[in-house]
Amino acid sequence: MADENEVDVIDGKQLQDKYLREEMMPHIFCNGCALGNVLDYVLWAVEKEGLDMDKTVFLSGIGCSSRIPGYINADALHTTHGRALAFATGVKMANPDLNVIVFTGDGDCIGIGGNHFIHALRRNLDITVIAVNNYIYGMTGGQVAPTTPEGHIGTTAPYGNIEPPFDMCEMAKAAGATYVARWPVFRPHQPINSIREGIRNKGLSFIEMMSPCTTAYGRRNRFRKIEDLWAFYEDKTILIEEYDKIDRFGTEEEKEELDDKIKIGVFKRSTRKPLEERYRDLLEEFK
Amino acid sequence: MFWDDKMTTDLEKVKEVLGPKKQFVHGDTAVCYGALLAGCDFYGGYPITPASEIAEMIASLMPKVGGVNIQMEDEIASMASIIGASWTGAKVMTATSGPGFSLMQENIGFAYMSETPAVVVNVQRSGPSTGQPTLGAEGDMMQARYGSHGDYQSITLSPNTIQETLEFTIKAFNLAEEYRSPVFLMISADLGHMREMITIPDEVDLVYRKTPKVPPEEYVPFGKGKYGKEKVPEFAPFGTGYRTYVTGLTHNEFGFPATDDQQDHDKLIRRQIEKITDDREKLTDIEERMMDDAEIALVSYGIASRSALGALKIARDQGKKVGYFRLKTIWPFPKKKINELSQKVDKIVVPEMNTGHVYHRVKEYADCEVKLVSKIGGEIISPKEILEGV
Amino acid sequence: MIEVNEDYCKGCNLCILYCPRDALVESEELNKKGVHPPVEVEDRCNGCRLCELICPDFAIVVVEDDRLPKMKRTKKCSGMIK
Repeated sequence: MADENEVDVIDGKQLQDKYLREEMMPHIFCNGCALGNVLDYVLWAVEKEGLDMDKTVFLSGIGCSSRIPGYINADALHTTHGRALAFATGVKMANPDLNVIVFTGDGDCIGIGGNHFIHALRRNLDITVIAVNNYIYGMTGGQVAPTTPEGHIGTTAPYGNIEPPFDMCEMAKAAGATYVARWPVFRPHQPINSIREGIRNKGLSFIEMMSPCTTAYGRRNRFRKIEDLWAFYEDKTILIEEYDKIDRFGTEEEKEELDDKIKIGVFKRSTRKPLEERYRDLLEEFK
Repeated sequence: MFWDDKMTTDLEKVKEVLGPKKQFVHGDTAVCYGALLAGCDFYGGYPITPASEIAEMIASLMPKVGGVNIQMEDEIASMASIIGASWTGAKVMTATSGPGFSLMQENIGFAYMSETPAVVVNVQRSGPSTGQPTLGAEGDMMQARYGSHGDYQSITLSPNTIQETLEFTIKAFNLAEEYRSPVFLMISADLGHMREMITIPDEVDLVYRKTPKVPPEEYVPFGKGKYGKEKVPEFAPFGTGYRTYVTGLTHNEFGFPATDDQQDHDKLIRRQIEKITDDREKLTDIEERMMDDAEIALVSYGIASRSALGALKIARDQGKKVGYFRLKTIWPFPKKKINELSQKVDKIVVPEMNTGHVYHRVKEYADCEVKLVSKIGGEIISPKEILEGV
Repeated sequence: MIEVNEDYCKGCNLCILYCPRDALVESEELNKKGVHPPVEVEDRCNGCRLCELICPDFAIVVVEDDRLPKMKRTKKCSGMIK
């Protein structure tokens, strides 16, 4: 007897049939690269939120993460390096009825794209930004990125990176995003729900997905196996709630251990009028 | 215009907003007026002398006609935002000057590769680099042709009066829609800030890009055009169910990356070039005066052509058989017309407000002697200076 | 029932590592890419679908069968995939 409150969940095969461009599969991502996971989680979030795929546009810049929209059966704009958010501003302001989801990478977003990043977040357009952080410039072979941890090796830092890295989520908070979260790919449910929340959020949602690069970054930094690389990052991550607890009530020793940790979770939820709404208000004055 | 009633221009509303039929305005304002009359729905720009007035006037008028105006964080973002907006079906424009034009080149290349209609206005100032920000020049003409990397064909218009600036802006929008290409409107800062009487037209003929009539399964995003030009594919705006994949990578007819095959790239790029060069004669637009018996031709464009007109009159008064040949469309270059001209005259003089850019192209196709009269530094070349070359 | 798309599998073994019920093992055969795709161990799968979610290559799905009834969720729930 079917309970009328119950809804059929589609399974993985149906998800693939509904959302993927079959003729483009299998995807080009490396063995152990979690971009496939990011794609999967976003598709689940889109499915669960019931987005109309005829009215959803995916944008991306240049890099490994920017290839994700090529596998999705929807309108997509694969733009120039670092500029996806500027293109997205045009798309969303010209047609605010479209759902806009932007895939960007760490170098793409906060390296070359830094300026567009801060302004798109300041404007708080109602778009969802999935920033895949693989801690390196993967597509071009493994050069250091603004997010590469200190001491780690890249092709342009063969003696170890001497520059301190950015924390993309801290910057997103400061620039004005209204939903900021960071999740590693190793636990599926939290990122999927977070992306869902981001899509529902009326404003700019910035979700960083920690997806370390196995090929260009992992191998060079002595993570021979995928599980070792994932385990390294898994050990380093700590939920923001746990972090705050230790920070406030922990012993000196426990607090010291926090220095090495990467915070994950939802860092910010707030409300601010998105730019399209503000512009709509302006147009009202002239009607 | 766009948010309420997509893809149509309420001409009466625009004329109402623009005000009196006859006005005394500068070139920047004429660009603005032309854009609104052409149905521009979206403007994404950045301030720069001497084009800031365009952004300011758009900011004031766009909300009144229901279009979108946004000041982006830099020129790179300006060009990016208008391409994004164009893909939702909007008619788009941006305006800048030399330094901003240089920044826009990468995304202009993206507009070429993705075949996105857009109008880019360059109110040229003295360069290179920061140069003389408040003084005019016409040193970016080659940049309008070759500014971005790789292979593509530009469409570039060069008006020389304020009325023509208004009309050419409308023409630029129509050409952008017809050829699915970025189109450049190049004026000098002198023209941008100079004032003349203009008449706002009662009627305008507008072109909109062809959209597919077949269902999505049968649509080939970068294939043969079925309802217009064969080399211009139909354009399916985002959100209309066609689910187009657009990329700056070399792509096949379905829009997907095809970067490994020489034939794929060759086919794509040559079609993108030929869709415009096949119509070279049709796009050629020349103004000729006193050419019937001319032995020397003044081949000019833009602000220098106004002085060339003065030089023509003085020369004729002195009994010299000089003719006036003004290029209104610079790119694609009127190779045939220049060659034909060179058969009729003994000498061609090219006055330019730069160190000789279009001059080289004239020389390439002319069989007679070609002389350059060049002036840089912000002062408009005078008729007397031009005559010294005759 | 667990279905493996052998052509997509890259042999990362994450599904095998993450399965809480040890319901997957490496198969004896090699696929086109030269790796051993996973194969289901009878009667151990509980339908948690972690393998499907953790696979980066869309190579493994869990489908309904008599043992694993079609998964349902209530409209009112917060939306965790059950």
